[in-house]
Amino acid sequence: MRRGMHSHYVLKRLLQIIPTFLAVMLVVFLLVRLLPGDPASAILGDRATADIVERTNRQLGLDQPLPTQFALFVWNLLQGNLGDSISLKVPVLRLIGERLPVTLFLTVYAAALGLLLAVPLAVLAAVRRNTWVDALIRGVFQVGLSLPVFYVALQLLTLLGARLGWFPIGGYGSGTLGHLYHLFLPALTLGLNLAAVLVRTLRSSVIEVITAEYVEFARAKGLRPRLIMTRHVLRNALIPTVTLLGLNIGALIGGAVITETVFAIPGVGRLMVDAIFGRDYPVIQGLTLTFAVIVSLVFLLTDLIHARLDPRTELS
Amino acid sequence: MTATLTPAAPAAPRARRRWPKPTLLIGLGLLALLLVAALFPAQLAPFSPTEFDYNAILQGPTARHPFGTDNFGRDVLSRVIYGTRIDLQIALFTTLFPFIFGTLLGAVTGYAGRWSDALVGRVADLVVVFPFLVLVIAIVAVLGPGLTNLYVAVSAVGWVSYWRLTRGEVLTQKKAEYAQAGRVLGYSPARILLRHLLPNAVTPAIVYLMTDMSLGILLGASLGYLGLGAQPPTPEWGVMVADGKNFMATAWWISTFPGLALTLAGVTFSLIGDGLADVLRPRT
Amino acid sequence: MSAPPALLQVRDLNVRMPTPAGTLHVVRGVTFGVQPGEMLGLVGESGSGKSVTLRALMGLYRRPVTVSGTVEFAGQDLLRASEAQWQATRGAQIGMIFQEPMSALNPVLTVGTQIMENLRTHRGLRGRAAAERAAELLDLTGIPSPRARLNDYPHQFSGGMRQRAMIAIALASEPRLLLADEPTTALDVTIQDQILRLLLRLREELNMSVILVTHDLGVIAQTCDRVAVMYGGRLMETAPVGALFREPRHAYSLGLLRSLPGSGARRAPLQPIPGGPPNLLALPPGCAFSPRCAYASGACLGAEPPLVPVAPDRASACVHAAALPSLTGEVSA
Repeated sequence: MRRGMHSHYVLKRLLQIIPTFLAVMLVVFLLVRLLPGDPASAILGDRATADIVERTNRQLGLDQPLPTQFALFVWNLLQGNLGDSISLKVPVLRLIGERLPVTLFLTVYAAALGLLLAVPLAVLAAVRRNTWVDALIRGVFQVGLSLPVFYVALQLLTLLGARLGWFPIGGYGSGTLGHLYHLFLPALTLGLNLAAVLVRTLRSSVIEVITAEYVEFARAKGLRPRLIMTRHVLRNALIPTVTLLGLNIGALIGGAVITETVFAIPGVGRLMVDAIFGRDYPVIQGLTLTFAVIVSLVFLLTDLIHARLDPRTELS
Repeated sequence: MTATLTPAAPAAPRARRRWPKPTLLIGLGLLALLLVAALFPAQLAPFSPTEFDYNAILQGPTARHPFGTDNFGRDVLSRVIYGTRIDLQIALFTTLFPFIFGTLLGAVTGYAGRWSDALVGRVADLVVVFPFLVLVIAIVAVLGPGLTNLYVAVSAVGWVSYWRLTRGEVLTQKKAEYAQAGRVLGYSPARILLRHLLPNAVTPAIVYLMTDMSLGILLGASLGYLGLGAQPPTPEWGVMVADGKNFMATAWWISTFPGLALTLAGVTFSLIGDGLADVLRPRT
Repeated sequence: MSAPPALLQVRDLNVRMPTPAGTLHVVRGVTFGVQPGEMLGLVGESGSGKSVTLRALMGLYRRPVTVSGTVEFAGQDLLRASEAQWQATRGAQIGMIFQEPMSALNPVLTVGTQIMENLRTHRGLRGRAAAERAAELLDLTGIPSPRARLNDYPHQFSGGMRQRAMIAIALASEPRLLLADEPTTALDVTIQDQILRLLLRLREELNMSVILVTHDLGVIAQTCDRVAVMYGGRLMETAPVGALFREPRHAYSLGLLRSLPGSGARRAPLQPIPGGPPNLLALPPGCAFSPRCAYASGACLGAEPPLVPVAPDRASACVHAAALPSLTGEVSA
């Protein structure tokens, strides 16, 4: 019965996302129309002749009224047509399709490293709360929170990559192991940043759970400490962490844009920066849209996982 | 038969004194240091931040150049000191406009409710779907690189947090007795809102403002690093880190010191934010 | 006359809790015993140290809280037991139930899981056998359609059902001693009555000993064989229930009984004890109860009166134990 409710809820939430997507499309559509002056000349540069500008305008449908242009934009989008990249002369969708897996790999890897760092340290800080161990862990992550991602990336690249030669200084590698090896430093950069965000929340929720009566009851039941920690403490303390992790997907993507640039990783973040310098507006549009879609899907996923972890959640 | 003793107050005197935390004091002390550097760079810096000196190119830290020199022979210490003003300005302007805009909007829609609240809510939901940095970069890409456009972009995106905080607080305060009393006394909504509700409801937004400033500095520096924020030769810390990135193997000091300055500024604001949260949060 | 060997013998139990304001001596030299199959009531106001005593018996305190004295259970001193010995005792031979089942049950685990983890840890049962036994336990505690309810979460139970589920969890290991910390305080009167009857029935069926902590003398009268009255971290009086209600031998017990609303109120109007519980950081000299006591005299103010035998099977820490009036006719238990 619960499962039935779940699928019903998922369907409802997916339907609710549709108006969001439409609004996202409108924003992305208007973004390029905000360009000062004539979009075509902005795209083509100052040296383009009036003739070429006019032709481009017609080609892009820019001579039509705005609502018509938007309808055309949505129509094309529904057919999987995001336009062609101006500088690379290939369909934007194909470009994103090639680069997106790299970024997804990087962000999932970073999230995994972040959790691997944050969970044990937060538990340690919580168990030893108000001691020097706690103060040290919190202090280090407080500073970590203020470390710019590009700076950490650059220092790790120089120290562990260039100087010590432990890790490659860029690229994506091949095969899963190759990816894991090549993306270790960038993922560590992002993971450290994420851990700094997570440790604080996780620590206070572990403290809240450790002092909860159901944990005292679990101890009174004579369960082994390890079982109490995993089943009773962590299981509960991870619930707010999952939500926080989901809410940070945007920051993670933003961080990926920066780390991919520093480490020269061929993902969509790097593509975004290149597109901005190349004034490749179809690519910028396509990527902005893609990121917004990813974020809303992750938000949905977060809600579903939360409902799975916490049986008290009312799905409505 | 049920007989219950009068439940008495707990015997243990819970004399839990709140020790004033050093967080806020350290944060304010560091801020004072940064402000001095921002206000009197000419007096503090031993050299010009922009003048080239081809006789002193890529020199490591020495007594004359404690932070070394860059590839144009510019004194890194002087550039870091001059950069303070720019990065503090970034901290201020990336947060002040979103703060003012978001707080006022939150107060109005929280108080008025109904369609205005629903409308702004939908817009806010839409804005948060875009990764913050991506949206800012995209807007800056359209408007062109530079600090002014960065401020415009951040203002278009950053108001949401302030709107949420203030709106939530106004919603609670609206039900409080003094607001009800004001309505009974026939005060105008504007007066109730601005004189009575907003001063009470703005606290969480002010606490967040400090944390946001440390995020604002990081954002401004990130864009500077990517080449979309302040433009060279402006001695902005993020730009300076980018300037030195090709010399990391041979002249680590060019990037390292501005990066440390950034971290210090970030820590300063987050300490003040934490300290303020402790002081301003009622009880617990 | 020699008493049968006690299942639990507590001697000179002390619990100290450091706080920023100073160390709180919450339990001060408490001594009592529990016979096999006996139901002992531990009564006192909030802050008297009764719940702390229970938790100390269970070994739930860790540094910086210190527990001293001896807690002899089935011939073994638990306060000097190794972690392995504790593992074989805590939850296994001594079970415990809490006041608020909503907060004592883990909200994200099914009731079945919470019973079965006990069965697995202490009885070595797993899989289908554990599920069978868990359903039996829910049935034993009076939960209808127990098999189906194993998969429910605590929030899907009503308050009374939750308390039954918690009792089922504690009973899973078939303990010889059950510690019940105000198990009915959070419940409605009718449910309260059902739970107390359940405890009485289980005690008969399983031949358990029970220590029931409560601030409700009515609950004691309804269920217990013997009662120990606590005040300011000390035992004031221990007695068989009937004897205490007829003839309290401590001024504090007398005060408690007089503050009871109940039958016979015509002759003795309700007399709440004036004042509040003592400040453990600044105890008065002599008897801790003396500042609130109607019978206090100079003799009460010297050294703290020890708990001494005043009659067969009775002990009191009151200087005026012999001079207190009998309550026959005033309160009927």
